[in-house]
Amino acid sequence: MNWPHWLIVPVVLPLLVGATLLLVERSRPALAARLSLVATAAQLLVAISLAAQAADGTVRAYLLGNWRAPFGIALALDRLSALLLVLTGVIALAAVAYAVAGDAKSRIDRLGPHFHALFQFQLMGLSGAFLTADLFNLFVFFEVLLIASYGLLLHGGGVARLRAAIHYVSFNLVGSALFLIAVAALYGITGTLNMADLAQRVAQLSPESVSLARSAGLLLLVVFCVKAALLPLYFWLPATYGAAAAPVAALFAIMTKVGVYAVARMYTLVFGADSGPLANLAAPWLPVLGLGTIALASAGALAARTLRSMVGYLVIASAGTLLLALGLGSRETTAAALFYLVNSTLVVAVLYLLAERIGAQRGAQGDALAPGPFGDERPILGAAYFAAAIAVCGLPPLAGFLGKALLLAAALDTAYAAWVWSIVLASGLAIIIGLVRAGSRIFWKPFEPAAPTTAVATSSVQAMALGWLCGALLLTTAAAGPLARYTGAAAQQLFERRAYIDAVLGATPVPAALPIRQLIGGKPGEGKL
Amino acid sequence: MTVEVLLAGGLGVLASAGVWLLLRARVFDVILGLTLLSYAVNLFIFAAGRVRVGSPPIIDGRLAPTLEHYADPLPQALVLTAIVISFAMTALILVIALRANAETGSDHVDGAEPTGPADAGRER
Repeated sequence: MNWPHWLIVPVVLPLLVGATLLLVERSRPALAARLSLVATAAQLLVAISLAAQAADGTVRAYLLGNWRAPFGIALALDRLSALLLVLTGVIALAAVAYAVAGDAKSRIDRLGPHFHALFQFQLMGLSGAFLTADLFNLFVFFEVLLIASYGLLLHGGGVARLRAAIHYVSFNLVGSALFLIAVAALYGITGTLNMADLAQRVAQLSPESVSLARSAGLLLLVVFCVKAALLPLYFWLPATYGAAAAPVAALFAIMTKVGVYAVARMYTLVFGADSGPLANLAAPWLPVLGLGTIALASAGALAARTLRSMVGYLVIASAGTLLLALGLGSRETTAAALFYLVNSTLVVAVLYLLAERIGAQRGAQGDALAPGPFGDERPILGAAYFAAAIAVCGLPPLAGFLGKALLLAAALDTAYAAWVWSIVLASGLAIIIGLVRAGSRIFWKPFEPAAPTTAVATSSVQAMALGWLCGALLLTTAAAGPLARYTGAAAQQLFERRAYIDAVLGATPVPAALPIRQLIGGKPGEGKL
Repeated sequence: MTVEVLLAGGLGVLASAGVWLLLRARVFDVILGLTLLSYAVNLFIFAAGRVRVGSPPIIDGRLAPTLEHYADPLPQALVLTAIVISFAMTALILVIALRANAETGSDHVDGAEPTGPADAGRER
């Protein structure tokens, strides 16, 4: 367990597996599917072991190429990164299992080429974004996960996906351009890209650079909110996620959380409470925009005409709730946000997979919120929908309720308390009404004859994938105490930024396992700073 | 000083032309806009390392290794990365646009010609 390179494994493993998959995918498709499944399971195991390491509260840093920070690129692992890595692994395993389920005709990974390779590259981008401690490297991992997501979104083809892809790709390309402008401006002022070093230098800026740094910081906020889907930057999301194949949409549920993660990281570490003139840069914006997002998303959920677009609005509502909680800026609200994040991400992934199953059972009617014939899996899918609906709108007894309750309790001490209580509760009611209406139209008003001839039965692997995610949801409920303690400690760690800075800047290069420089005739110690 | 003014002016023209094209309703215009915007961004990253004439980016030992004598090499490396990514992305979105045009028969960004009342007269 003391092997120093564990930290890079979540990035390197999917990279190598993805590259291998590109080679074997065409010639040995069955082997490729198995390899992808095994690699994703291994990714989850690595993430769990990293979380076990991070649980002791120390921040671990890893120096790429043995270059000392801030000169090289550093990775850093703390509780928050580890939590998100595990969450990614749990959802990715269900998504890849769902994609390989069924017979040769209905398998989602056979709808087009390169599903598994793109899936692994997306995992690489996600893990890298959660681990990196370098701003430019964060941009690169954002691009890796976005490029893979463009391919995954288009997987299966069709006009709807092409239309969604044009909007999604152009929107994210503009986002990337803004990201680069912000990064370049910050580098121009501070001369560093390492987030820990940046945190120190932003706090000591000369007065004439402060306004430029403020614009760069707020520009970064715009970029992260594009990814996280915050008002007014969320309009791409329902169509995009609704058009994607179900396991892809389930994986995309974690992609919006990359934006949330980046906000949590940057606006506590670099623009946090101790950042001098730029302290709490995002605090005036996030709560207001978060509340607006929640209000409009619940209206969208009420107006949605298909189950998938309704789930899209639920993703937006959860992103709004998370950014609202982060924007309130106390340890308690951040802890509540992280607890809610786990739950809402899992349940959204469940709902996307369920929507696909419901669509497959209803033939031509698909997942439209209108009465229609239903296959013979109506009772079990209805029960699963009912449970997921309870979890997503935050009703007891599932842990979604605890997340919202923690948030509301933590928001009591802030200036926005009245707004948070009224809007979060009212939008919760609107979402319940939307879910109830959708459920009764789909499950309670079937036409005669009962079963459409085109109903596709749920295969055992698909049921296992759904069961795995539902089990994870139940686990977060059963183990809500330990999870809340963990997220509380993760929030605590985010606010004690000194430890992160010291860990990253104080990391010492590890001795090389193979003294390559000596072997090729260089002097020992050469190239070390 | 003149170089800075020229560079800043050029950046402004590129970026504003890019944004204007981005806001148009045809996919081809949007792609051109994205390209212009990415040129502006690449030049901006380059300029973030300060504009200097005649200073090498690699330390050769004859001059003291400070930014007085050398150009900052990092923005140049960042620009390379940014160029590669934006180049690949332009290629990708061109392919998507061509495919969408072939499948929908329209190069409107929404994949269909507008049919609102305002456009109804013009269509015929």
